[in-house]
Amino acid sequence: MDRTPSDTGTARLADPPERSRPAAAGSQPADRHAHAPVIGSSQPAAIPSDDEPVFGAGTLGGRVGPARFADRVLAGLSSGAGAFLVLLIGLVTVFLVIRALPAITADKSNFLTARTWDVGGDTPDFGVLPLLWVTVLISLVAMVLAVPVAIGIALFISQYAPARVARPVAYVIDLLAAIPSIIYGVWGIAVLAPKIQPVADWLSRHAGWIPLFKDYNVKGGTIFTGGVVLAVMILPIITAIGRDVFERTPRANIEAAWALGATHWEVIRLAVLPYGRPGLVSGAMLGLGRALGETIAITLILSKVSNAGAFSFSIFNGGETFASKIANNAAEFNSPAQTGAYIAAGLVLFVLTFAVNAAARWVVNRRKEFA
Amino acid sequence: MAKRIDARNLNIYYGKFLAVADVDFTIAPRSVTAFIGPSGCGKSTVLRTINRMHEVIAGATVQGELLLDGEDIYGADVDPVNVRRTIGMVFQRPNPFPTMSIYDNVAAGLKLQSSRMKRSDLDVVVEKSLRAANLWDEVKDRLAKPGAGLSGGQQQRLCIARAIAVEPQVLLMDEPCSALDPISTLAIEDLIQSLKQKYTIVIVTHNMQQAARVSERTAFFNLAGVGKPGQLVEIDETQKIFSNPTEKATEDYISGRFG
Repeated sequence: MDRTPSDTGTARLADPPERSRPAAAGSQPADRHAHAPVIGSSQPAAIPSDDEPVFGAGTLGGRVGPARFADRVLAGLSSGAGAFLVLLIGLVTVFLVIRALPAITADKSNFLTARTWDVGGDTPDFGVLPLLWVTVLISLVAMVLAVPVAIGIALFISQYAPARVARPVAYVIDLLAAIPSIIYGVWGIAVLAPKIQPVADWLSRHAGWIPLFKDYNVKGGTIFTGGVVLAVMILPIITAIGRDVFERTPRANIEAAWALGATHWEVIRLAVLPYGRPGLVSGAMLGLGRALGETIAITLILSKVSNAGAFSFSIFNGGETFASKIANNAAEFNSPAQTGAYIAAGLVLFVLTFAVNAAARWVVNRRKEFA
Repeated sequence: MAKRIDARNLNIYYGKFLAVADVDFTIAPRSVTAFIGPSGCGKSTVLRTINRMHEVIAGATVQGELLLDGEDIYGADVDPVNVRRTIGMVFQRPNPFPTMSIYDNVAAGLKLQSSRMKRSDLDVVVEKSLRAANLWDEVKDRLAKPGAGLSGGQQQRLCIARAIAVEPQVLLMDEPCSALDPISTLAIEDLIQSLKQKYTIVIVTHNMQQAARVSERTAFFNLAGVGKPGQLVEIDETQKIFSNPTEKATEDYISGRFG
């Protein structure tokens, strides 16, 4: 296209012909059709020429087109959604604090360190230490069992298995996530607990001198059983995220390792695992978040123990987590003071989950320049 | 330590698809050989068969013989892992391990071979390799920084240092300068000149001036026709290939008539 000087720039900027902004504001559909190729017709598509400038050609000013309007709507909607989420978390926090504070101030004992739970009377006397301990311990048992298995499955699916095996395995793992937690609870206490009791017995017989494995004569409904069930429950999420990040390892990194004479395992160690590490941490934290807050399965499984016996270091004891404590006593929510005590327990769980996630972020960001 | 490479009747397949047919060549030790040819003619594929990187792709196979100083690297009792430790490779795009420091990148191959290497010994090899790759002066004060933080040209020299740290006998380079600017390209070419004192070097390049500058011998690859496998048209002294090639196809390609 040879443009003569008179054809370009100035003349058009000053006086855009009507047809030069067919799409502007979308107000002239008929005019737009004149330029658009008609599918299926023999009419040739309009070829842009100097006489018929297309969309915006030659005009820099003018009205904002519909495309940019859509841009702004989308930007507004997505920022709104983000802001809404932040607002929601803020409101939950405010709710928890407002309802918990009166109960905490009325508490006779230290709310964080006391081991009693007596909220029925006029002078409530309660503390969350046993709840915090059991919640953390049961989640740790779950993590210790689930994370290595999840990494193994994710590596198998993404690195070792041929596609026709990997797909069904991945599908079955995803199905695990779809099982309702009540089913896990029933299965855990009715089926799994008797089956793994011999393992628990064997461990406490041979390693009972370690406080972690001391026998408290709780059969079935132990922290150990609950931890195993939680491990199965959080396995799919960690596996799915692990698989995803392992599969995204850049081909170039994998080939670099192969070319150095790495074995398959060394390729994984040099290229795949380091690349997937931040994602893996995120996946583990999502799993941990679920484990910390899991309610119904744990409520069904864990045997409650008396206040005196509630605090031990053993995974073969019973107990209550924050969530199961609240669920077990939902029927007692009959006065604001009493309810407040449970909400205060919920607040601690909320803070705990937040702290865990912040710690995970920190771990991931610590080596950010290497990512 | 540099070794000779002989290919005899090499046929390279992706599954059932014959990608490159009937390749024969001899590459002398301590020389630079350039592979040139149009895109898709199989020169990179041939290069990757030399260190058995080809078979990393599922379904890829090789027929024929590829001899390293007379020993068939596709022999039944040969471990591809050992082949790749003997024959190093540098890729088209610089690919340092992103999660590793400069130091650890250079040491990565050594740690694979002997995990119990003393730190002081490792230091010596890392410095030697970085010096050989003309990178030492630029990075000696920031060895603990991530390798991915270097410029493209520096990253490529880091990858060369990583490849030569394990003292291979052959160094394969798959278009090592195609992602680099002219100054970095010059740095790599100078480096190739000094590395050929010790290593047998094979370099794939799309840049014919580069082939003329760095190599002693040049192999021209081409497709036998549309849908047909790639083939080695001719291999000869670089000077002869660029001034007076035997084959008409080579002359056409060199003179820019196609490709």
